[in-house]
Amino acid sequence: MLAYIGRRLLATIPVMAVVAVFVFMMLRLASGDPAAIIAGNAATAQDVIDIRQKLGLDRPIVTQFFIWLGHVLTGDFGESFFYKKQVAEIIADRAGPTLALAACTLGLSVLIAVPLGVVAAYRHGTWLDRVVMGFSVLGFSVPVFVVGYALIYLFAIRLNWLPVQGYQPLADGVAGFFARLILPSLTLSVIYIALIARITRTSVLEVLGEDYIRTARAKGLSNRVVLMRHALRNAAVPIVTVIGIGVTLLIGGVVVTESVFSIPGLGRLTVDAVLARDYPTVQAVILLFSLAYVLINLLVDVAYTLLDPRIRY
Amino acid sequence: MSISRWLKTAVLAAVAGFAALSGTPNAQAQGTVRAVMHSDLKILDPIWTTAYIQRNYGYMVYDTLFATDADGQVKPQMIEHYEVSPDQLTYTMTLREGLLWHDGKPVTAEDCVASIKRWGAKDTMGQKLMTFVKDMPVVDAKTFKIVLSTPTGLVLAGLGKPSSNVPFMMPKRVAETSPNEQISDTTGSGPFVFKRDEWKPGDKAVFVKFDKYKPRAEPPSGLAGGKVVKVDRVEWKVVADQQTAMNALFAGEVDYIEQPQHDLLPLMKADKNVKLVDVNPLGNQYALRFNSTAKPFDNPKIRQAVLYALNQEDFLKATIGDPQYYKVCKAMFVCGAPLASTKGMDGLLESNFAKSKALLKEAGYDGTPVVLLHSTDLQVLTNLAPVAKSLLEKGGFKVDMQSMDWQSVVARRAKKDPPAQGGWNAMLTSWVSADILNPVSTAFLNASCDKAPFGWPCDTELERLRDQFARETDPAKQKAIAEAVQVRWTQYPTHVFLGQWYQPSAVRKSIDGIIVAPVPVFWNMTKSGA
Repeated sequence: MLAYIGRRLLATIPVMAVVAVFVFMMLRLASGDPAAIIAGNAATAQDVIDIRQKLGLDRPIVTQFFIWLGHVLTGDFGESFFYKKQVAEIIADRAGPTLALAACTLGLSVLIAVPLGVVAAYRHGTWLDRVVMGFSVLGFSVPVFVVGYALIYLFAIRLNWLPVQGYQPLADGVAGFFARLILPSLTLSVIYIALIARITRTSVLEVLGEDYIRTARAKGLSNRVVLMRHALRNAAVPIVTVIGIGVTLLIGGVVVTESVFSIPGLGRLTVDAVLARDYPTVQAVILLFSLAYVLINLLVDVAYTLLDPRIRY
Repeated sequence: MSISRWLKTAVLAAVAGFAALSGTPNAQAQGTVRAVMHSDLKILDPIWTTAYIQRNYGYMVYDTLFATDADGQVKPQMIEHYEVSPDQLTYTMTLREGLLWHDGKPVTAEDCVASIKRWGAKDTMGQKLMTFVKDMPVVDAKTFKIVLSTPTGLVLAGLGKPSSNVPFMMPKRVAETSPNEQISDTTGSGPFVFKRDEWKPGDKAVFVKFDKYKPRAEPPSGLAGGKVVKVDRVEWKVVADQQTAMNALFAGEVDYIEQPQHDLLPLMKADKNVKLVDVNPLGNQYALRFNSTAKPFDNPKIRQAVLYALNQEDFLKATIGDPQYYKVCKAMFVCGAPLASTKGMDGLLESNFAKSKALLKEAGYDGTPVVLLHSTDLQVLTNLAPVAKSLLEKGGFKVDMQSMDWQSVVARRAKKDPPAQGGWNAMLTSWVSADILNPVSTAFLNASCDKAPFGWPCDTELERLRDQFARETDPAKQKAIAEAVQVRWTQYPTHVFLGQWYQPSAVRKSIDGIIVAPVPVFWNMTKSGA
């Protein structure tokens, strides 16, 4: 197992190298010039040239790439063109809200979706099953921003129970932290609840038809024990896969939710940086996301062996 | 208890619990004004860039020697008194007593001279002014002189310039930074102190009252007069989504939205806790900019045809919609402003397509497509280019409208390449009226070829008139020169002005004392209960 993990970690190096080249080149080839953006409306051509020079954008692209790569290899992602802050510092500031939102969403999704999926499978064909599946279809179909605005209207504007927007770090108070995360997490989790509940239902339904379930029932085990110990555990591999995919999608896919709820996270940082052509920030964030994807996939693969001893690497 | 009832109770209890724990969301410190500005504050140098958010930041943190009041008159601000020599070649400026930097050190004449030099190296009007300045000797800690080679009306007009770049005063050690380098020291002498430790780009910028600020005794008027701060703290919140900003305003989480979208204004108007305030009566002006170096707009006659093909109302209707918030105005230097005039404008901007086509024929227009840059992501600009395309085509032009995000437009407009190879012919933008009140400050009238902003018009007559305006000190004669500039512009168009539009701010009714000025400022503002 350790050898497998080691091999997988080594395999991330070429993946990250490809991502680095790809992101760097895409940004340079895309239209847009950070120097012209910084210079503003009344700038002369010379102003723009001066700023390009200051930012090092007047150098050949290959030279720029190797300078950047050299810095990245030493852990230096450079300085944001706009904020004049180290990119690592900006990302560290923005990672908290995104991770908190992702964790809350995931926790909420798993806590709601897995029991729903299990119950739907257990009550297969009944009204309960149809309600859960109906919710799943709705969850997939309604755009995130519509859910967000609807929840804001109900809980923040009409009832005035929760804040409309913003983020409060955990260090500033647990209540405020959760109060500001409830609506965005609920919004974002709708689609994941739908996805995980559907997969859980299908997977558990498949397992419930297996001989060992019939054997377990014949032994007189209670429904709860049959479902939790025998059915769910054997159905876990596809569920964990979907949760893993969900985590990776969550990290990169929180942009809309972060915008609707004005959460200063990595999603909005990425969009702002792309719009402003803040190359160092975009490059660092994409590299970070890619690394997260690779590591989460590795974790999911390792989790398979814990859930199903028959799986060996 | 049934499962459904239990579930319902549990959800309601959880939500109510959190609501109780977190307190009522709009229960905020009464002395704090939370504002959603038009943009995120990314750069902390209002001289290095002309962007409006940096200018607004500058007015919070820094002070100015002079300032423009509500009537457009330049009044002393940090200056106690000034004298002009009989030959109008020497201005002696004396600072007010008790002016302090945020670090507690006194503001000195040396600081001001260094600040004027840095501004003068960067700003269009400042550069013009500096061509007249022979020397700026420091007399004593509170007094300095500006010695000119030739009399000019630009000394007060420049130092009291209301909009970008504003000559903000900085400590000498900061002002000595090259104008091409960003400063990082945020020490000012303005009414607010910037809380750098609380600045979170993309989230918020925080300012607190500068307790040692010494306001003028006069009541506030425009950007002049006493800057008395009546709240403890101002937070600029970044709320990228306009709908969310509006919801936050309704819920009392923010107090002020600087530039709400026009289509949301009716909703805000209808809310009992919100009022709309037009803080900038001169508004903004739309403009179509020509690239005067590329075919077909390298020919002034073809640019004149555009003046006949376009009309202002179509643009204003398509972008702003509600006539309450726009005005058709044929005065280049802004209707309602001192230099407003419609001289030379007869028959122009009336969509006279026959005249446009006749001019094109006369000019030998060969059907070269006009590459028109279309910005798609800024609501106030998005609909301009399609209107321009339609009117230009009706006026006999072929138009190749290319759609892209605003930042791509900004990058593209800086390119002098031929339009077919990544260059451009025309683009549309908007100016705050305060930036375009005279021929010198209007960047698009700068016709100094390569030294002009993007579009690079090149006309010695326009430059001669702008220079003449700069030298003139008599307001009546200045107005005559401004009219001459406008007439010359009809023969050598550098851009087309496409009407004025107004941007009210949306404010909670608990906020009062908002200053009417071309820049949103936060002194004199009160919040109920503060």
